[in-house]
Parts: sequence; structure tokens; C-alpha cells
Amino acid sequence: MKLNINGKDTELNVSDDMPILWAIRDVAGMTGTKFGCGMAQCGACTVHLDGQAIRSCVTPVSAAIGKKITTIEAMQEDKVGQVVQAAWQQIDVVQCGYCQSGQIMSATSLLKQNPKPSDADIDAAMSGNICRCGTYQRIRAAIHEAAAKLA
Amino acid sequence: MNDMINLSRRTFIKSTALVAGGLVVAFSIPQAKRFMGVANAAEAMPLPAPNAFLRIGADDSITVLLAHSEMGQGVWTTLPMLIADELDADWNKVKVEHAPAAPAYIHTAYGLQITGGSTTTWSEFDRYRQAGALTRALLMQAAAKQWNVPVDSLHTENGAVVNGQKKLSYGQLVETASKLPTPTTVTLKKPEQWKFIGKATKRLDSAEKINGSAKFGQDIQFEGLKIAMVARAPVFGTKLKSVDDSEARKVPGVIKVVKVPTGVAVIAEHYWAAKQGREALKLEWDLAGHDKPDSAVLLKQYQALAQQPGVQAAKAGDVAGASKQAKHTVSAEYVLPYLSHAPMEPLNCAVKISDHGCDIWTGTQMQTTDQASAAKILGLKPEQVNIHTQFLGGGFGRRANPRADFVSEAVEVAKAAGLPVKTVWSREDDIKGGFYRPMFLHRANVALDKQGKPLAWQHKLVGQSIIKGTPFEGVMIKDGIDATSVEGVADSPYVKGTANHQVHLHSVPSEVPVLWWRSVGHSHSGFVMESLIDELAHASKQDPLTYRRQLLKDHPRHLAALNLAADKANWGKPLPAGVSRGIAVHESFGSYVAEVAEVSVKDGEVKVHRVVVAIDCGLAVNPDGVKAQMESCVAFALGAALSSEISFKDGQVVQSNFHDYQVLRMKDMPKVEVHIVPSTEKMGGVGEPGVPPLAPAVTNAIFAATGKRIRRLPIGDQLA
Repeated sequence: MKLNINGKDTELNVSDDMPILWAIRDVAGMTGTKFGCGMAQCGACTVHLDGQAIRSCVTPVSAAIGKKITTIEAMQEDKVGQVVQAAWQQIDVVQCGYCQSGQIMSATSLLKQNPKPSDADIDAAMSGNICRCGTYQRIRAAIHEAAAKLA
Repeated sequence: MNDMINLSRRTFIKSTALVAGGLVVAFSIPQAKRFMGVANAAEAMPLPAPNAFLRIGADDSITVLLAHSEMGQGVWTTLPMLIADELDADWNKVKVEHAPAAPAYIHTAYGLQITGGSTTTWSEFDRYRQAGALTRALLMQAAAKQWNVPVDSLHTENGAVVNGQKKLSYGQLVETASKLPTPTTVTLKKPEQWKFIGKATKRLDSAEKINGSAKFGQDIQFEGLKIAMVARAPVFGTKLKSVDDSEARKVPGVIKVVKVPTGVAVIAEHYWAAKQGREALKLEWDLAGHDKPDSAVLLKQYQALAQQPGVQAAKAGDVAGASKQAKHTVSAEYVLPYLSHAPMEPLNCAVKISDHGCDIWTGTQMQTTDQASAAKILGLKPEQVNIHTQFLGGGFGRRANPRADFVSEAVEVAKAAGLPVKTVWSREDDIKGGFYRPMFLHRANVALDKQGKPLAWQHKLVGQSIIKGTPFEGVMIKDGIDATSVEGVADSPYVKGTANHQVHLHSVPSEVPVLWWRSVGHSHSGFVMESLIDELAHASKQDPLTYRRQLLKDHPRHLAALNLAADKANWGKPLPAGVSRGIAVHESFGSYVAEVAEVSVKDGEVKVHRVVVAIDCGLAVNPDGVKAQMESCVAFALGAALSSEISFKDGQVVQSNFHDYQVLRMKDMPKVEVHIVPSTEKMGGVGEPGVPPLAPAVTNAIFAATGKRIRRLPIGDQLA
């Protein structure tokens, strides 16, 4: 099956029903996207599918045929992604770091759709991404910081 | 802190040698205390190479080896700060690696290689500074030799030895330094000379954790490595009766199905096949003769036990006699549930067995027991087992298991399969897989005098022992009392300050596996004690802050934290309509933390708006790291207080994933303000001590708002 991952067409030997997460991680060998729950409850596996944030742990590869999958590994080349990552570093958001790929993918998607999110907008967009270290306050601050930089 | 340290006496220098990576400076401390009953292996075992706290490369790189695991708490930055200060290092040249499992890295207080108990920074404060100071002394001697000048004409700055206008970078001095005898004394810097210690410092692991390149155990991949999932017993302690794996073997990508002591492992090319293969197994378990825990039954059993005398953990005076003088008596029962750690990274462990030994890649908090356990399973010597510690996607105690559960199981799977395998737990495996914070019930009767001061305090605790059945039992259970069960009660300043007191413990036997969960016994005792104190203040019609100040008048560190939190939270000043405050203070792991929560309750829903935290942890090596840990503790504890619970029905765990084992999310995160008490007192920890005061600060605020006293966690729908 041919999947477009981070702008590259990649031929992967996977069944139609395999979630994008496992195709990316275990078959394509890209480990930046994380497994957290397997049922779209935690957001650790968030990637963009044609620019929309999706939970790759429940989205089968068949849903990505002819579409573009974008992962954390491509955020350094993404205009908004870069700014979000820089804000994350400036605010020193990370702790264990395991959820942060997903947080950054959700935050980048939010800022692309809503360049100046309010706290309520952030709550709505980010409450699907769990952080057990509880870095939420810094994530919120980093999103506001990135929004200010992008303005 | 400005000690001339005699290294030949206090710190035994094992080796300095030039190896491929540069200058290696290794220490071990032979007289490390035997705390957890594990002999100090440093005396018996040779040091593997490379083995050090510090390597300086010819390219000027400074590689700090961490004797502790980075699981979010920030030791990846804090320990290098200690070395950098003494070494006058160029911070931009500092790299960090997890150390291997080896005797050189044994915890200076615990006697085994472990990250836990909120101990890393204080327990390494001397050792890592000494490593930096010793290396700096060596490099200065090397420069003196190269320039042929007296060493006292030289100084160091930013990664170089300086002589007037001339400079030699540390990398340029490595070769000369490696041939010099090691100094036997070093002088540590005075606090006013510190450039890093005490200054807010950004994390060194930030960049790789935001671009997806950081490697967690889950991310280990290499040619030939297969993925395994294990089907485990649905009721703890039960054994497998029969297996039909015919359908599982037909799943494309499934390679093998093997039996292991914990169940049946399906080995596959990738997770998806392993998961589907496991779902296709037909298994029968022998449930006969086993307890089938049920939460409703357990509660009744615990309540009945609390009516009986238990094993005495503390006693003074005459509780029964003094109680007769009481003006008021407060009697209360508090209940806290089993809790799962639920770290974001589900458990996993990669194992490769070879002719000469075994390699293990995992995120672990307890390398020594993992290594010993793997060696035992494979008939190897511990030093033949190499543990490659990866970043931990959260630990919270779950990855510090004296029984080495997930590592031992992975070794069993690799052994049975005859293949390199990485076992991966699903989230359901994690939530249902045991090693919980034990359920606890407290029953207290406190008799108050006319002024509302406790005259007599009787306290009973009922719950499972974390330590029983582990290698630490001999040291940590004394006279039938597991110290971790009663911590925060038996040693509470409120209890000990009451002339007549008695603390009894019932340790309940059970097959439910239990373990330390961030803040251990304090995770329940902090809630109970600080709720009770609020009840006593209310019963004696006193302000909760004033009441605490009176009882803690001889406890200056409690008071400093309490007063700072109250001051910063404007205690006593008006709040917006519908918002109420609650306060709590608790000492744990050598640190004193007070929290004030601002809470409103509307339509049965609790909203925590703001939490003000004050901590006295002694010297705060990285103040921003301390703040981050307090924010983390608040979020972790608040999620548990509001909604987390593991319960049992018919022997099985009811919850399975984040939809029914609920933790804190962004929408419920309060504003957290952290204030650090300026302190030169003994250093304490920061990873855990922010947890215990959170729940009572919140429920005390709920009481202030509604008059309803929350005596059971989680709060759930109790206000509906």
C-alpha cells in the first residue's frame, strides 16, 4: 500500500485495517508518533491527515489513501510547527516528554485553524491530549506565546 | 558546603583512564548505607567500562552519566548542573546519557541503583559536585604540566584552563590529564561562586522531546526485534488451565505463541498483529481457590477491621483516660481507592539474549533488581545483563518494581521464543495489570479540650502492605509495621504533638499487586490528616489557618511553607462570589509543602480555579525544575482526587482505559502558582511532596463552599 508520509510516497506492506499509528511506527520505523491508549482517548498518537489533527491509533491506513499524513518529524519544516516548537522550548514545557509529539500536533492544528485561540478554545482543542506529568499550564502558555509570534 | 573533601577517606576513586570516549572519571562510595537490604555490590563487583559520572572528549564535549533515570522530573538537567558548576563547564558542550546498571551508580543512601523517593538531587549533591571538582583539579594540573607553570597561577572558565591570555580547552588537556595521578583532596565551591546551582535552568532534554527524536523504551527498534503481547490472568493470582492458539497462529504477522509464567505470549512482526493474535487466543484460567476481590466487599471488610485493634505503630500516654476529659470528639472514617499510575508510555521492555549475556532496553526506575531478576531467569551473573535505560514516558513509581515484573516477563518471553522481543503492554494491560496504590481506610477519633486542642488521638489504618513479599521486607517492615503504610500519620506533628495518641495498622493480605504511587503512603495519609485537621478546626470554631499555626508552632519549616502559601493566596481576603479557599500543609520526602486551593461548586461540579503552592525543599538546585514538579504534582493529584479509581467486581478490575480510568485533562487544570521558601535547611525532594496536600486543600475548600465534608476519594459525583 502506498502512503504519503511527510511529503514522501512510501510503499508499506500493511493490511487495510492497520491503524496509521502502527504503519508509521512498526512498519515505516518512524517513532516520533506515540502509542498511548489505542482508542482515541489520550491524543499521544495525533498526526495530521490532509492538515486535520486525527488520532492515528484508530484511523486505518485505508482512510489515508490519496491523502497526506504529516507527523511530528515534519514539524521542523512546517511554518506554524516551528513556531510552536520554539514556544515549547522557550516555556520549557516538557517533562517526561512522551505526550508532547501529540500535544504539538494538536496545538499546531489549532493555531492553523484559529490563529488567536482563547483559553476556552485551547481547552476545547487540547482536552483530548492527556499529559500525566501535568504540563497543561505550560502548554497553554506556549500556545499563547506561539499565537503571539505568529500574529 | 565549602568542605575540603578528603577523597581517600570519603570517596574512593576507582579509576581515571583514557578510553575511546575521552577522560573517564569514576567514583564509588564503598560505605554507602545499606538501606533497602541489598548489599553494596561495589565492593564485590568489578567496574565495567565505560563507567563514570563524567567523560570529557577530545572534542571538548562533556558527557554526564546519570546514575538516575529521567522520567520527567528533570534530573537530566539537575545533575549536570552540579557537575558544570564545579567543573566550570561550557554548558553548551554538556551532553547527557543514562548510566548502565553497574555498582558505580548505586544510590548513595539506598544501596541499589534506583530512582525514587524524591531523593535524586540531595543524594547526588555531593557525589556529582565532587566528580566535577576532581576533574577540574586534574585538568588544571594537566595544564600546569603542559605550560610548566605552578597550578595556582591558573584558573578555569567556561570549559578551559586559563593562564593570562593563554587558554587550553578541556578537550586539549584530556590526554595529559589521563596520565596524572588523581588528586586526593578537592575543594568545593562556596554557594556565592555557583553559576548554575540555584539558578533557573532550561531542560537539556527539551529539543529532542519536541521533535520526536527522543528515544523511549517503546521506540527501540533493531533488525530482528519482534513485538510480543502477553495474555495475562483476568483475576490476580490465577493460573492458566488450557490454551487453544490455533486461530492466533493464523493471524498474518504472528510468528509464535509461547507460554510464560505470567500467561501466553503472542510474538509477531508488529503490534497490530500481536494484538489481533492475542485477541484470537482461547484461554481458560483456573479460578478455583482464589480470592475474587470486590470493592463493596472490601469496604465492609476494612470497616470491620477498623473496629478491631491492629498492630501498634505509635503510642503515647493514655488515650482512653484522656478521652474522658474531652469537650468535643471528632470521629471520622476516610476511604481512598486503589489507583493506577497510568504513565503515558505503556510498559514495554526489549530483550536480546546472546551467547555472552543479555541486553535489555527499557525505561526503568530500578536497574539493580531488574538486572538481578533477569540474571536469575537466564542463569547468568548480574554483570552479564546490560540494562540500557531509555527515557521513561512517566514513572510515578510504576517503573520501580522490586519484583521487576515487566522486565522479568519480557526476559521470559525472549527466552521462550528464542528471539529478540519487545513486550508491549496495551493501555488496558496497564490499567488492569495491577501494582496499584493500595486502597486504604482510616478511622480516627480525636478528643479535643475546651480550646479545641487535641487531647487524645486514636487512629487506625487498614490497607495492603506495599513492601510485604519484596526483597525490602526485612528492612522496611519492623515489628509488623510497613513504614510506608503509616508514614504521614505515625510521624505526623499533629499526632506526635498530642500527648495521648495511638496509631494501629491492619495490613490486609490480598493477591492484588500493590506498589508505591507518587508520594507512597503520604498519598493517602496527607489527605486524611489535613482533612481531619480541618474537621478539628471547624469543631473548635477556629480558622483553619490559625488552628494549624497553633498546632505547628514548634515546626518552623511547616510554618514557613504554610505562611508563605497563605500570604501569596491572600488568605482571609475576599474572593469572587461562589469561590472558596481550602488549605493544607504536609511534610514528605524531606520537603514541606503548603497549598491553598480556590474552588467553586456549581450544579454538583467542582471547579478548581487556582492553586497556590509554597515549598521548603532546602536549597532549590533548579528553581524552575522545582516549580515544574509542583505544577506536575498538582495536576497528578487533582486528577486522582476528582475522578481516578480502580475498583473490582467478581475478581476483575472494572476499569480499562482512559475513558473509565479518568485523569486530569487541560480543561480541568487550575492556574498553579509556586513559591519557594528561601531556605538553607536540609535538602528534601520535589518529585512527590506536592501531591499529598492537594486533595485536602481542594476538599477543605469544598467544605468551605458547601459544608459538605468529602471523606472518600475520588470526589466523583458526591456533590451531585
